[in-house]
Amino acid sequence: MDTTKIITKQAVAKAVYQAIPDIACVLPCDVKRSLEEAREAEGDTRGALVLDQLLENAEIAAHDHVPICQDTGTCWVCLEVGPDVCVPGDVFAETDDAVARAYTEALLRKSVVRDAFFDRTNTGDNTPAFTDIHFSEMPGCRLHVLLKGGGSDNASRVVMLAPGAGKQGILDEIMDCVRHKAANACPPLVIGVGIGGTFDKVAGMAKTALLRPIGSPARDERTAQLERELLDMVNATGMGPGALGGKTLALAVHVNTAPCHIAALPLAINMGCSAMRRATFEFNAETGEFDRIDTKAGE
Amino acid sequence: MTNTTNTPIALKLPLKREQLATLRAGDACTLTGAMYTLRDAGHMRLLNELHEQGKLPYDLEGATIFYAGPTPPAAGRPFGAVGPTTASRMDFAAPELHRAGIAATVGKGVRSQAVIDACVETGSVYFVATGGAAALLAQRVESGEVVAYDDLGTEALRRIVVRDFPVFVGVDAKGACIYDLD
Repeated sequence: MDTTKIITKQAVAKAVYQAIPDIACVLPCDVKRSLEEAREAEGDTRGALVLDQLLENAEIAAHDHVPICQDTGTCWVCLEVGPDVCVPGDVFAETDDAVARAYTEALLRKSVVRDAFFDRTNTGDNTPAFTDIHFSEMPGCRLHVLLKGGGSDNASRVVMLAPGAGKQGILDEIMDCVRHKAANACPPLVIGVGIGGTFDKVAGMAKTALLRPIGSPARDERTAQLERELLDMVNATGMGPGALGGKTLALAVHVNTAPCHIAALPLAINMGCSAMRRATFEFNAETGEFDRIDTKAGE
Repeated sequence: MTNTTNTPIALKLPLKREQLATLRAGDACTLTGAMYTLRDAGHMRLLNELHEQGKLPYDLEGATIFYAGPTPPAAGRPFGAVGPTTASRMDFAAPELHRAGIAATVGKGVRSQAVIDACVETGSVYFVATGGAAALLAQRVESGEVVAYDDLGTEALRRIVVRDFPVFVGVDAKGACIYDLD
């Protein structure tokens, strides 16, 4: 085994620490461009005003290096590990420390309580981070960091449909979620959909779908067609930006599908808000560190 | 006829009930003056104090509550970012607070029928601000100070002074809702 392909806890922590202030303050390039396109297409007065505010907001946040949204989220850190890479079991051991330092120094909001049920005292430093590790057939190692707001996650859902519900059952459930919850999730949205897997896996599939850049359809043509159909249905509601009326309720719908039990048709809908704050890094075997590979607005 | 032109209705805080009666769901408005930020955990405490004292504490009679938890000060402003959180989470408290004297709330998203009924009954209004426009909204905040519940961090009760703070009328005093408009 080539020792330079070992992912260290220090490398992960360094990338997370350096990335968080930028992610909180500067929109990814694809999200900014998509909002601009939505503004050009918008004919509704209120919808256009909402988009104007969101675009001006993005400019102010990037220029003054202040958060795009006051909900600077929980911090989700996900490692995607290829077959040629070695990952020790303590790879996330320094991630909480990185999150605490970044949120405190960058003056971000601390939005995590100690325990959902027994102790809702704020931890004071936005820890713990929420970490995941996925294994991939693609060589190398990617690191994803997502700052996820509470309002959009609250507007999400997991449903265990019966296989007989079929495509129509899936469309109905997604549209029900959109009609009832989209206004709470800060549209224009990026909607992540997971279909298949198991009860616990399907939510992760919907969340992972949010990482895919806007404008990159699913590789599988059938999935890409389903994404287009869903996006058209969502925007045909006329709910629009801010759900206050207009053309663009969603910038994108991203779908991930997977095998599942003969008895099951698991479905998850993970709402992503207009401030889709995420970054992706690639492990650099020469430096032993992670390099950011997506682009933020203005680059 | 709703006002959705580029000339919003300029409202001064604290709001007057007579003026609230003239507003219609969908109207674009600006708010100037003092209002209070409060959200989830703070609402539980405020309800307890209301029950114990029989009236609103902290001079909140006639006040406007902004459902928000700001980030710390930044860029020379009282908050780096402050914007609306989902209002429906405060639906459990809003009817009682309106009946106790809260004139208006500011948030995002739909409200329950109980909140709409309380707006009609008390002549109160729910305003919608743009979720995710928190850096822009923070520019319209001139000052902010903690009034109570400091231990809640971002969820403390804060008195903030805003200027030309952009909102839409979400639920008007007749019970019409912006999300139901065609």
